[in-house]
Amino acid sequence: MSTAAIEVDGLARHYGEREALSGVSLALEQGQTLVVFGPNGAGKTTLLRVLATLLRPHEGEVRVLGSRVPEESWAVRGRIGLLGHEPLLYRELTARENLSFHARLHGVMPERIEQVLTAVRMGDRAEEPLRTLSRGMVQRVAVARAVLHDPELLLLDEPRSNLDPAAVELVEPLIGAASGRTRVICSHDPGGGLAEADLVLGLREGQAAMLAPAAAVDAEAVAELYR
Amino acid sequence: MSATIPGAQPIASPERTAEAPPAAPRRRTTPTWSVVRALLRKELLVELRTLESVPGMALFAVTTFVVFHFALQRNSIDGDEAAGILWVTLLFAAILGINRLFVADADQGGFDGFALAPVDRSAMLFAKVLALLAYLIVLELIAVPAFGLLLLGPPLGHALPDLLGVLALGDLGIAAIGTLIAAIAVRTRARDLLGPLLALPLLVPIAIGAARASSPLLALGHAGSPAARWLLMLGLYDLVFGLIAYALFDFLLED
Repeated sequence: MSTAAIEVDGLARHYGEREALSGVSLALEQGQTLVVFGPNGAGKTTLLRVLATLLRPHEGEVRVLGSRVPEESWAVRGRIGLLGHEPLLYRELTARENLSFHARLHGVMPERIEQVLTAVRMGDRAEEPLRTLSRGMVQRVAVARAVLHDPELLLLDEPRSNLDPAAVELVEPLIGAASGRTRVICSHDPGGGLAEADLVLGLREGQAAMLAPAAAVDAEAVAELYR
Repeated sequence: MSATIPGAQPIASPERTAEAPPAAPRRRTTPTWSVVRALLRKELLVELRTLESVPGMALFAVTTFVVFHFALQRNSIDGDEAAGILWVTLLFAAILGINRLFVADADQGGFDGFALAPVDRSAMLFAKVLALLAYLIVLELIAVPAFGLLLLGPPLGHALPDLLGVLALGDLGIAAIGTLIAAIAVRTRARDLLGPLLALPLLVPIAIGAARASSPLLALGHAGSPAARWLLMLGLYDLVFGLIAYALFDFLLED
């Protein structure tokens, strides 16, 4: 029985005439971390959204947590935590109301809300509408939202953006290697990204320009992707 | 660690935060009705805090009645004329709410958040229909008495019991069609234009049926009960578009 958390073979996805992804293949074992590098518009976010079952692949085979996407997407929804550029939170609701809403959607008991609010140190600001919080605080609530239902797979798009160094330390147990979850991380930080990667994927113009174990990749090779 | 986050408690050292919180205690299933309630609560909370839909709808209706009051240069209207003005005004006021129904979800990632959850997609349809129904009821609590005061000749009290039934049937259709069209329009760039353009042709039969059914109720001397065939037509139209919305809504949420 395969232990692969993610299997992608010949994935292509386009928006109208423009190919966002073309012929991307990879396999990631459970508990491992894939870090995706690439310049803006290389297809990183599209790849995350396909893996999150939010976008349909136009070509190729995609399996996430053992289920084919999109045919069996229903089986993996609820097992994925997505932290993208948008926090997926309502600005007019408080942090607690937002998390309570997502807890209902995922069938999570209310006591979990306190756990994650405490973990991101937002308990004392939990009753304020999100629109009144700083971007860093909203990002911390978004981290809490992404792990609220204890997902097996985390899809993280520049997860530490907007976070100061102290907050980065704070969310580490939730979304870092210590969380023990399988992770796919989009990053522009060669040093930090390589440090937490088991596997590295470099995307350029929608194609896989690099796919290698992290140990075989250095920061200079990653920097080359951006030239 | 010296960095601090404004307004937050001091951040714990890495030693204290080295362990993730325990796994989420999970209910066995998430019943659809529980999800509908959560979505509806969210919907009403957002509207209560932003007041983006209902006040605009009510203000539009009342302003329209004031304009009619002066434009018609008559002290009162009744019968067909009254029913037509009432329903056309309610219809256009409803369009304002329909246009805003999914805006927060589209602009703030609500669709993605919902799509990632292991729940029946139709829960969002039910919640949105209920939310739009609630908006229409509040609209009519304000607009119908204003109509009675500003334009209607016969006393509104006599017509009210039967009129409530016609309003309920009209509202159900507007809510079902409005939710379906709003879900289509919100994903387009020209959503403010496309919503009304798609919705109005589908809502016209409701305006016709509801106006015909209301006409005898608003006639001088309260001429009788609403014709059964118009009530039946409204009920069937509601049912058909309710089923169409139910059948199509899942696909509208997919990529």
